[in-house]
Amino acid sequence: MLKKLARSIREYKLPVLLTLFFIAAEAAIESLIPSITAKLVNNIKDGVSVAYILKTGGILVLLAILSLSCGGIAGYTCAKASAGFSKNLRKDMFRNIQRYSFGNIDKFSSSSLVTRMTTDVNNVQMAFMMIIRIALRAPLMLIFSIFMAFYIGGKLALGFVFIIPVLAGGLLLIAKFAMPAFRRVFKKYDRLNESVEENVRGMRVVKGFSREDYEKQKFAAASDDIRADFTKAEKIVSLNGPLMQICIYFNMVFVLTLGSYAILGGKSSIDVGEISAMLTYGFQVLMQLMMISMIYVMLTMSAESAKRIVEVLDEQPNIHNPENPVYEVKDGSVGFSGVNFKYSEHGKKFVISDINLKIESGMTVGIIGGTGSSKSTLVQLIPRLYDVNEGTVTVGGIDVRDYDLNTLRNAVGMVLQKNIIFSGTIKENLRWGNENATDEEIAAACRLAKADEFIETFPEKYDTVIEQGGSNVSGGQKQRLCIARALLKKPKILILDDSTSAVDTRTDAGIREGFKNYIPETTKIIIAQRISSVMDADLILVLDDGKITGKGTHEELLKTSAIYKEVYEQQISGGGLNE
Amino acid sequence: MSNQRLPKGMSSGKKINPKSLIRVIKMLCSFYPVLVPFVGVCIVICSVVSSIPAIFLQKTIAVIEKYAKMTGFSGSTLWTMAKKEILPLIVILVILYVISIILMTVYSLLLAKITQGFLSKLRIKMFDKMQNLPIKYFDTNKHGDIMSRYTNDIDTLRQLVSQAIPHILQSGIIVLSVMIIMLWYSFWMTIVVFAGVFTMLYVSKVIGSGSAKFFIAQQKSVGKTEGYIQEMMNGQKVIKVFCHEDRANEDFDRLNEELCQNAFKAHAYANCLGPIIMNIGNILYVICATVGGILLVTKVPNIGISTLVSGSVTAALSVSIIISFLNMTKQFTGNLNQVSQQINAIAMALAGAERVFELMDSEPEDDNGYVTLVNAKYENGELIECAEQTGRWAWKHPHGDGTLTYTPLAGDIVLKDVDFSYVEGKQVLRNVSVYAKPGQKVAFVGATGAGKTTITNLINRFYDIEDGKIRYDGININKIKKSDLRSSLGIVLQETNLFTGTVMDNIRYGKLTASDEECIAAAKLVGADGFITRLPDGYNTMLTNNGTNLSQGQRQLISIARAAVGNPPVMILDEATSSIDTRTEAIVQRGMDKLMEGRTVFVIAHRLSTVKNADVIMVLEKGKIIERGTHADLIKEKGTYYQLYTGAFELE
Repeated sequence: MLKKLARSIREYKLPVLLTLFFIAAEAAIESLIPSITAKLVNNIKDGVSVAYILKTGGILVLLAILSLSCGGIAGYTCAKASAGFSKNLRKDMFRNIQRYSFGNIDKFSSSSLVTRMTTDVNNVQMAFMMIIRIALRAPLMLIFSIFMAFYIGGKLALGFVFIIPVLAGGLLLIAKFAMPAFRRVFKKYDRLNESVEENVRGMRVVKGFSREDYEKQKFAAASDDIRADFTKAEKIVSLNGPLMQICIYFNMVFVLTLGSYAILGGKSSIDVGEISAMLTYGFQVLMQLMMISMIYVMLTMSAESAKRIVEVLDEQPNIHNPENPVYEVKDGSVGFSGVNFKYSEHGKKFVISDINLKIESGMTVGIIGGTGSSKSTLVQLIPRLYDVNEGTVTVGGIDVRDYDLNTLRNAVGMVLQKNIIFSGTIKENLRWGNENATDEEIAAACRLAKADEFIETFPEKYDTVIEQGGSNVSGGQKQRLCIARALLKKPKILILDDSTSAVDTRTDAGIREGFKNYIPETTKIIIAQRISSVMDADLILVLDDGKITGKGTHEELLKTSAIYKEVYEQQISGGGLNE
Repeated sequence: MSNQRLPKGMSSGKKINPKSLIRVIKMLCSFYPVLVPFVGVCIVICSVVSSIPAIFLQKTIAVIEKYAKMTGFSGSTLWTMAKKEILPLIVILVILYVISIILMTVYSLLLAKITQGFLSKLRIKMFDKMQNLPIKYFDTNKHGDIMSRYTNDIDTLRQLVSQAIPHILQSGIIVLSVMIIMLWYSFWMTIVVFAGVFTMLYVSKVIGSGSAKFFIAQQKSVGKTEGYIQEMMNGQKVIKVFCHEDRANEDFDRLNEELCQNAFKAHAYANCLGPIIMNIGNILYVICATVGGILLVTKVPNIGISTLVSGSVTAALSVSIIISFLNMTKQFTGNLNQVSQQINAIAMALAGAERVFELMDSEPEDDNGYVTLVNAKYENGELIECAEQTGRWAWKHPHGDGTLTYTPLAGDIVLKDVDFSYVEGKQVLRNVSVYAKPGQKVAFVGATGAGKTTITNLINRFYDIEDGKIRYDGININKIKKSDLRSSLGIVLQETNLFTGTVMDNIRYGKLTASDEECIAAAKLVGADGFITRLPDGYNTMLTNNGTNLSQGQRQLISIARAAVGNPPVMILDEATSSIDTRTEAIVQRGMDKLMEGRTVFVIAHRLSTVKNADVIMVLEKGKIIERGTHADLIKEKGTYYQLYTGAFELE
């Protein structure tokens, strides 16, 4: 997993190495300072000249400035490395997501992808910064400090033999017990917040049923349950402070007692300066151990984020360009032969089964069926958004798997059911269909999609800015813009997946009329809930549970398909032509 | 969880509002009147104890100095002599330490208890308040914004109570006592330390404000990039269909590069701050040693409170004082840094606290209704109140003169000349009058924003009317207790909101005392039983996340069953079947018809087929009823309804 992430460092290897180098240098200098100060203090006690004091003081200040420079440079290179690393990480994820097929996209929800590219990358970036700045520094400082302590303090450093294992062991134990406890609590905590969210969202339901008191009781119980768990977890962590303090105090007492004994007993070269230095080193050792335990916690916390990022990077697109692809789509004919399809390898049942179908170029085909009858799935096989499991789908007489993907998809204009208009002007959105479309071409497409009428009423016309999510146009307008966008591709096959549901019937009929007159050679496949949208098609398919149960013209189906007849009668008699 | 916040120790320009801080502390004390002061005292004692080693260090070293100067004794004799002075010092020190560690352990554990107890109580309090807020609050505040009070703001309060306040108290006491000790020993050395500390604070302020600029720039880039990512992830399938991948990559790279540059600058500044502060500390340490040394060697008379007290003004600085100063310098700067960091954390937490308080202080929904709904039965032809469930309900209406009247609950609803606006000056409803007799089906038709849903919002008093009257069984609805009014109305909304729990739990939400059989009967009535029994665990299937495992149509069916189980005399169906496909709707329709039988029903529907059989159809336009009548009447009229029906207008 780490290897996979590390691959995104790339051009930022040098800043990483520089950071490591300067951090090491900084740590070394910083560990040196207390020992030199100790010497200075000893000499002061023994009486030396002001010049000597100034000289040593000067050296020490220089060392501090050197350490400052090293630290500053390391901070700079580290910022460079971490910002660059996260940039590359985001880029790699985004690139890979762009390669995803529909099947891959279905696996992740879009909001989860957003979180992975933002929050998770942030967490990993923070951890990365921690690692290159502190993960090396802390152990180095620890080793240097211990070394210097033994070097100048001799026996006085023996206290460390007690402190280090006690503190390290203690911190490790705390982390070990606290982490799973916290993880458990956070999960519960998330659930609690989800239930609050449910309440906020469903406040009309809560109030509508006068369930305020019921919700209060439920929440109080859940909150108290979390309090109990959270307290347990926090109590474990709160032992950190006393543990640390015990070690500091122990070192203090140990150094004072043994130090005064050693100095007065004269058994070693220790002097008062060393006592001060030993206290400083002791403190440094403790700080570093604390740092290491913090890193440990940080890393385990960000491991979850790292895992989620790697999932995105590891996901392999399951639709590829063939070798020696075909770069030209001859015409708009479509064929299905013996097609079976299911979304997941492990799915028990085919979502689409046993489809055999021949659509001539230029035909208008209507598809009708209840929710869950797999209408959308069927048409998504045509531009090879999914690959069939069995059988073949052909376009222009050639298996879709033999085409160059872009060639195929450019030849198939598809208006998805869940459609999206992007932020930007209307013109910019329409140019998705054809980057080089002229204003005339754009206007023509809009006329055909019956979108020109309302666009012309906007003060900015084609330069009207669409807000994110298309909130400033109505559902029916959005649908017509999407149709125009697909028309600009000048596709050989045009697929409308329930794309006029919010458009009134008269306009809907107008759009279909236009198709007939202006793009007769384009194959039109129209999925609709409204029977009036498909009634006049050359061929109507009735889909039920992934199978074609009826096939023919309107008149034929009224005779042969019970479902079609039922829907027709229900709509015609029940609600006029409106639905 | 974002690294985009300002790093600790950097001024974010936020000011601490003492009022909120006092309110938080007051609240803490009211939740734990004994524990909070106890913990406070413990922290003070521990902080004082942890700053006194300097004194012991100085004393011990002074003893060492004294004996080390004596010549002519062997090492072991010197030690035996010094031991008598040193050991008692150390024993006292150890005793203080042991007490302090015990206190520290106790207060740390208590603090964990207090923090979580406080948060839980605050959460519950906030939730309770929230439940009492009017619908208007939820309509005018973004849900994400309300949610973040439970997540981010409560989290920052956790930091405040468990860390910021104790730390600042602790560090503040240490800084104070160390300062006193420093002044006690030597004014000269104290001045040196102070000079260093001011430089430190100044530098961190300069760097901090420089960095803040870049953090703001970074923040903007983050917003832009996240917005782009969000849009692209949502539109990923459209990108595929249009082969737009390369363009998306290009645009993304541009934003990503900009973000990288800004993040780099912001972090470069922030990263440098740490080493700079630390090394100023180091330099200060060195300067202390140097200045101390010079003072010692040149035998400048030392002045401190101690010398003033003892009167030995001429004595020079001793090594023991220099050494303890060296350690105090570290302690002083370290804790001062802590304080400045915590001040930022406190400012941030208080901003969170203010948002929590804002919610808690919002005006709750008032309920002055005194007419209540009671179980009733007829005795000798007279309606009287009774305790048992009779399936018959009555409005209990106390009058000013002390008399009580009982009106049978029938479901007769009258709106007369109702005016309403959500925002002043933007009238939504004008002169709307609706008469719904018990058992009638009243339909509202009209474009989005015509005011259909608003009418239902007024009947159940989610909002109160501005002018006009609404009467329920002849009683002004303002006199009816809101909870009773609402439980007599069954509501099904277009946006289904199911709660985490089983399907059965969700249906039972409509009537908490309903038995399993009643719930299943309700589901059967509305035609939901079929698909529910086909779910993996039938009625015990867990629904999570608003029932994502169900289709929108199935969710609507459950919410219809939920309303049905309460058996209310009046039902409001606001686009209740909009997501059920026409074929399924035809099946559901039978159940719906059965459900509506004998009830007063208000229906809002996009699909005119659903409202065709209504007793009266009201066509709304811009808050006015422009047509009313039965389907046949309105078709005959050839007005707006006719045009809608024939599909000449879109209902958008």
